Amino acid sequence: MKRIVIHMFLKPEPTVKDLKGLVESAGLTLDQLLEMYYEMSLIREFEEAIGAKYYEGKNPFNMASGPIRGEMHLSSGQEAVAVGVGSNLRKEDVVVSTHRPHHHAIAKGTDVRKLAAEIFGKSTGLCGGKGGHMHLFDKEVRFSCSGIVGASFPQAAGAAFAFKYRGEDNVAVAFAGEGAANHGTFYETLNAASLWELPLILVVEDNMYADSTPKSIALATPHHFQRAMSLNIPSYLVDGMDVIDVYLATRKAVQRARSGGGPSLIEAVTYRFRGHFEGDGQEYRERDEVEMWRLMDPITRLGNRLTKLGVEKERLEERRKKAKEKVDEALKFAEESPYPEPSTALTGVFR
Amino acid sequence: MKMKGISQAIAQGIAQEMERRNDIVVLGEDVTYWGAVFGFTMGLFDKFGRKRVVDTPITEQTFMGMAVGMASVGLHPVVSLMFVDFLGAGFDQMYNHMAKNHYMSGGQFPMPVTVITAVGGGYGDAEQHSQVLYGLFAHVPGFKVVVPSNAYDAKGLTIRALRDPNPVVIFGHKLLTGLPFLPYEGEEDEVPEEPYELEFGRAIVKTEGSDLTVASVGVMVHRAMRVAEKLRKEGISVEVVDLRTLVPLDEETLSRSVKKTGRLLIVDEDYMSYGMTGEVAFRIQSRAFRELKAPIQRLTVPDVPIPFSEPLEREVIPSEAKIEAKIREMVR
Ligand SMILES: Cc1ncc(C[n+]2csc(CCOP(=O)(O)OP(=O)(O)O)c2C)c(N)n1
Ligand SMILES: [Mg+2]
Repeated sequence: MKRIVIHMFLKPEPTVKDLKGLVESAGLTLDQLLEMYYEMSLIREFEEAIGAKYYEGKNPFNMASGPIRGEMHLSSGQEAVAVGVGSNLRKEDVVVSTHRPHHHAIAKGTDVRKLAAEIFGKSTGLCGGKGGHMHLFDKEVRFSCSGIVGASFPQAAGAAFAFKYRGEDNVAVAFAGEGAANHGTFYETLNAASLWELPLILVVEDNMYADSTPKSIALATPHHFQRAMSLNIPSYLVDGMDVIDVYLATRKAVQRARSGGGPSLIEAVTYRFRGHFEGDGQEYRERDEVEMWRLMDPITRLGNRLTKLGVEKERLEERRKKAKEKVDEALKFAEESPYPEPSTALTGVFR
Repeated sequence: MKMKGISQAIAQGIAQEMERRNDIVVLGEDVTYWGAVFGFTMGLFDKFGRKRVVDTPITEQTFMGMAVGMASVGLHPVVSLMFVDFLGAGFDQMYNHMAKNHYMSGGQFPMPVTVITAVGGGYGDAEQHSQVLYGLFAHVPGFKVVVPSNAYDAKGLTIRALRDPNPVVIFGHKLLTGLPFLPYEGEEDEVPEEPYELEFGRAIVKTEGSDLTVASVGVMVHRAMRVAEKLRKEGISVEVVDLRTLVPLDEETLSRSVKKTGRLLIVDEDYMSYGMTGEVAFRIQSRAFRELKAPIQRLTVPDVPIPFSEPLEREVIPSEAKIEAKIREMVR
């Protein structure tokens, strides 16, 4: 019954025959799918491990205490969007993310040890402890993010402008939530990107809520994609709980951008399993709704498909285990790393 | 009644004014279920419903502009800017319109808007969620700037703002909200049940002393008071003045204090340069130059963003230890 409700706005699960056809026509190999399964597992294990650590030293709950301080926005449930997009990107491509950035960073190839260390505020972190969870910067894989909602769109457009200007075939991707897409920067960026045919891909991750605000009271229409279409930008509405669906749309968008065709928009329908931030009482949604979406867990879903395609359960478990080991090791590294010297706070405003 | 923190007091002040008047509408992000995150609108949704308590899409420029339009035709919007750090996303409507329309229109359009925003760091929220920035607003002609340090003041100043025909921005420090998920640096205050107003431009002497005056606002008032308490036992007598509003600024009360003590330390959580400390120092030296026994000093966030990592954050935000060291240096 619950499944049926979700199928009203996501695609029905394919039969084995249709699944084989889909994978074949997409030109995807089992190894590629297994790699996506691993990446998604890595993200999930990372988020759940950070989530658990975050509550250490926070009883009673207080944001200022414990080994990880401040706000914490985790992405469990949204892995397929990050990995479906990230699997199409190269190191030289740019990703600009949001206040909920871990899945995007991992899918872009950021070292999870440095990522974890930054979240713990350690000197070995991506930014030497200066940025923290909402301000992750990794020049090596051209990843950045911001805690200010709506900030990602124009910044990615700027990177796309530079690629086009220099004649490089790199692309820039902006991730943002359905809440962020209400911001003026979304529409302004769409217009500029279409006008200048920028190699830009805007990914709207529609997880139904912006903080405590359901999209039913913040959007005049159920979706955002038609706004991009009104500016002559090809737009894809995809099942964000299905990594293959996200992957295929992104592949088209990336091909178009790399070949000088201009921007695309991908709107991925997804869900966050945890609160907006850790400590969120979630008064604004029903438990049942969360349970319903958990039935569509993108990792389980891909796992089931791989099993149907003949991959042994052990191989999946082995991937999952490897992901967990990598996360455990990253958190150990983070915890054992030293804090930065206090005096470093006073340097680095200017180069 | 006893109240812990400014959030409940601000929300109570708004509720009481909303009951009396129909022209008040509350808008901003997450002002219903979450009480604007920091509790400044908590309970209003249950009392007044979505008609008067409106969750907006994430559109700071638009809802600030709408507040300007609402005020121009007779409403008194109460706008939540969730964290002051987000002002950039809506600032044009604020500083070029909200702050100027009354003046530009030759006085035709009053601009009764109350903006309430959360400020401050010290709990690990990093560069984009830890600033106070009231200096920016105080710099632009057209905003009244209110920084309450306790529940009693918060309620009285909020009601005053709601009866003011001008743009007033209330800066509530997160560590004074009294919410369970954040540290609390204030005390419990006795807050009258009935509505009351406190005048703007009235500083208050919180702790009397004779050797040195500390002037501050918000959470730093509490830190200074705790330091004053500690130093009193050693025979160093510190007077703490809570400015309460930066615009208008009560020069009279502060200069009276400085004339008595001869020394002034200004403590601020804002960035150092071109901000509150420089302004207050200038005004006081021009009023109390002859009585000053030492140069006016300041303690602020040095001109760097607020970093994430705990030891770095501690390095930049004025602490009790830093206030104490500075005072010792000045009275030596
Ligand atoms: C300019 C700005 N306004 C408000 C906020 C506060 N805020 C942080 S996250 C968030 C909700 C974002 O929702 P969405 O874009 O859907 O992303 P999600 O959290 O669902 O991933 C809000 C309002 C902010 N960080 N920046
Ligand atoms: Mg969302």
